[in-house]
Amino acid sequence: MSKVHNSRRNFLKTIGIASGGLIIGINVNARSVTKHHAYSKNGIVPNVWISLDKSGQATLVVHRSEMGQGIRTSLAAVLADEMGADLAHVTIQQATGDEKYGNQNTDGSRSVRNFLTILRKAGASVRALLCNAAAKKIGVDKQTCYADGHYVHHRPTGKKIFFGDLVEEAKLLDLPEDAPLKSSSEFKYMGTEIDNLDSDLLISGRAIYGIDSQIEGMVYASLKRTPVIGGKVKSIDKQKTLAFPGVIDVVEIKGTAGAALFNPLASVAVIATNTWAAEQGKKLLEIEWDNQGNDNKDYDSIAYQKKLEGSVQKKGEQHRNEGDVYAVFDGVEKEHDSSGQTVEALYYAPHLAHAPMETPAALAWVQEDRCDVWTCVQTPQNAQSLVAKELGLDKSSVVINVTFLGGGFGRKSKPDYVVEAAKLSKILNKPVKVFWSREDEIQNGYFHSASAQYHKAVIDKNNQVTAWLHRSDFPPIAATFNPQARGPGGGVGQAATTMPYDIPNVRVEAGDAKAHVRIGWLRSVYSIFHGFSVNSFVDELAHHRKMDPLEHQLSLIGKDRRLFDDDGAAEYKFDTDRLKTVLKKAANNANWGKKLPKGHGMGLAVQYSFFSYVAQVIEVSVIDNRLKIHEIHSVIDCGQVVNKDAVMNQMEGAAIFGLSLSLYGDITAKKGQIQQSNFHDYQMLRMHQAPKIHVEILTSDHPATGVGEPGVPPIAPALTNAVFAATGKRYRQLPLSKHGLI
Amino acid sequence: MNRVSFHSIGKQIMIKLNVNNKKYEVDVPDDMPLLWVLRDIVNLTGTKYGCGIGQCGACTVHIDGSPTRSCLYPVGSVKSAAITTIEGLAKGDDFHPVQKAWKKLNVAQCGYCQSGQIMSAVALLKNKPSPSDDDIDNAMSGNICRCGTYTRIRKAIKLAVQESNHE
Repeated sequence: MSKVHNSRRNFLKTIGIASGGLIIGINVNARSVTKHHAYSKNGIVPNVWISLDKSGQATLVVHRSEMGQGIRTSLAAVLADEMGADLAHVTIQQATGDEKYGNQNTDGSRSVRNFLTILRKAGASVRALLCNAAAKKIGVDKQTCYADGHYVHHRPTGKKIFFGDLVEEAKLLDLPEDAPLKSSSEFKYMGTEIDNLDSDLLISGRAIYGIDSQIEGMVYASLKRTPVIGGKVKSIDKQKTLAFPGVIDVVEIKGTAGAALFNPLASVAVIATNTWAAEQGKKLLEIEWDNQGNDNKDYDSIAYQKKLEGSVQKKGEQHRNEGDVYAVFDGVEKEHDSSGQTVEALYYAPHLAHAPMETPAALAWVQEDRCDVWTCVQTPQNAQSLVAKELGLDKSSVVINVTFLGGGFGRKSKPDYVVEAAKLSKILNKPVKVFWSREDEIQNGYFHSASAQYHKAVIDKNNQVTAWLHRSDFPPIAATFNPQARGPGGGVGQAATTMPYDIPNVRVEAGDAKAHVRIGWLRSVYSIFHGFSVNSFVDELAHHRKMDPLEHQLSLIGKDRRLFDDDGAAEYKFDTDRLKTVLKKAANNANWGKKLPKGHGMGLAVQYSFFSYVAQVIEVSVIDNRLKIHEIHSVIDCGQVVNKDAVMNQMEGAAIFGLSLSLYGDITAKKGQIQQSNFHDYQMLRMHQAPKIHVEILTSDHPATGVGEPGVPPIAPALTNAVFAATGKRYRQLPLSKHGLI
Repeated sequence: MNRVSFHSIGKQIMIKLNVNNKKYEVDVPDDMPLLWVLRDIVNLTGTKYGCGIGQCGACTVHIDGSPTRSCLYPVGSVKSAAITTIEGLAKGDDFHPVQKAWKKLNVAQCGYCQSGQIMSAVALLKNKPSPSDDDIDNAMSGNICRCGTYTRIRKAIKLAVQESNHE
């Protein structure tokens, strides 16, 4: 524990422990519980913190960011369940950004996946400790004791002791190692529908988000950032701005050359006494931008789309190859299609912006030799490192307080806004809250890649698919870190090379698109467009084979087997039986094949992503060229489930998120600048368009896998497949609003 | 002080506000949107900023019971009207029936839009105690939820109606 923390802020107070309580720190980095229960004992730094005070109040520190996925409740429930605690006596404390907590990067749908077993082991150790304490207190054999409902019970006599009354005893005992985990039949919370522990805060206006952060003496900052990536400030006329009531100062921030990383863009910050004055002041700035030699200034989405589409119609870099697709294509061509038919299709999907309801925000307070930050961030340790580097401080002097996040979707794992706040606070020598307007968020984001996908397949004279070629091109996220990065590269591993179909000749190639905007992870990332084109093309093949799309997908996936056995983490394997099962269940739940009213159609899609399996069936109608989405049936297999209710919420939400991007998502550039600016021209699905959504969760003993993102990718293709079923028209370009359907 | 001519600036005045049955006196330009007076001056941050152009509903408050997008409502226009924000719905620790329904069904995911959603729903039910699905659509379509909680919001509104019918 650093000296700064001890002298400036009592760490024990930050986890809300009344003096005299029991504090248990456990190190779970090594995937095992190490034996100590005073935090500095044996020099081991703990990263799971559980405290228990004499009133019985248990405080559990949650180290992952809360952005609506309910992770605070889920992780607390895991600990509480194994501890034998009652959630009614549990308080959650959000961890600050600190490597002692282990990995805090809340992205990639991996919080439960990575921490379920570890937290179970920690909870089990505490349970064993409390049982030992009770046994000692009563003077019985510890084997006769068990913990449940915040009490330790002595089985033979029925005597029970409340956790709070065991604190003194427990403090004197060692933390047991290798305490046995509960069997799933003993679970009290895990696997059930757990009520969100933060509900009261979220529905009362009392939850504090990054954008709500306040501190005495703070000022507000609104930044006008370069509209073209790579642009610089040439001149600023700040006269009118400074004259605006409430405006205190105007500060220029220089951009950084080379990779965008999470550096602040070249910008001009208006500092004011309140948000509105800062925003009004910003509108009055007159800035001349310098884009000499910056080819991003010519970035035009219409031209870029043509470029991407051209690129995928040429041979690219090989990423998967079995058999020889080109020989098969040549063969069919030579025989003038008598040996089979060739099917090809070109798909396009544009850039997307994250648009979380809470725009990025950070309050930073730089003092002599420390910096305190309050912010909505998915990656608090990265934010800590960046701020430390920016200020020339040691990391231990930077405290990142993680607030609730009003949505993330990946935007808040890029802490450029945190660095902006720290920079400005240092310059101004007071606390500074950086505010991003919706226009800022949409125009200066880290966008999801625009992409083109080309598919070509052969169906032989026996109606078998014998060759599958998939070419993908898009500007990669890698370009944000390395300006030389071009094209998908290994990104084709997300749902392109990992297509599950049993086809003898397979080839996947990648192009070399250059990025002209900052590119970033957006909920389910490359699986969005790869999932779209793969599931759409598979549907096209079904119709060419004159087969029902469900039968066709199942037959293409083929027999039960394990795919890519040498790929990925050992415990998360891609099993085709699980893929087929979710598809069959979704189809069954949707009554696939039932007679539909005129103008209606059903479409399906199935996708493996973040190690989970999701299938969706969507029913639409297109009447008088107006699209209406009626019903979605989703099935997810994500292995072991902690909070069933949170999983359902994520699947319902992912469906809406997927519909928004399919119907409306379209970020375009002209002369290097983003053309959209707010919800009037970057639209979102609204209540009146929301379909009925049915979710089935397949529970199993498989290791817990991703939940936050996997619900998104199958939505777009299931939707366009449904539209095809309803109209006979195939839409290969997103969003559907482009085609006048909505 | 130089006044800029092309951009209209409000008159800086002392305004008396009635927010959640409490009196506040604020010294602000009269064209400052009520949203920012609430958040930055009165320090009630339960009402949220989502877009600033009345498109998302996150800023919804009640002005004399009427649901209003406070990001577009100049504070100078409030006058003596009673402002109710999300913080004023509950009576002490006793949540409003709509909030109770929200809690029962775990409606909130990230929760950021829910202040606005709840304020819109409360206004709807005051106006139409037994709303149809179309009524719900009309009243609630101005509130965007990026987490996608629409299905649960609809269920919660219906639950709140049900619960009130049992009282």
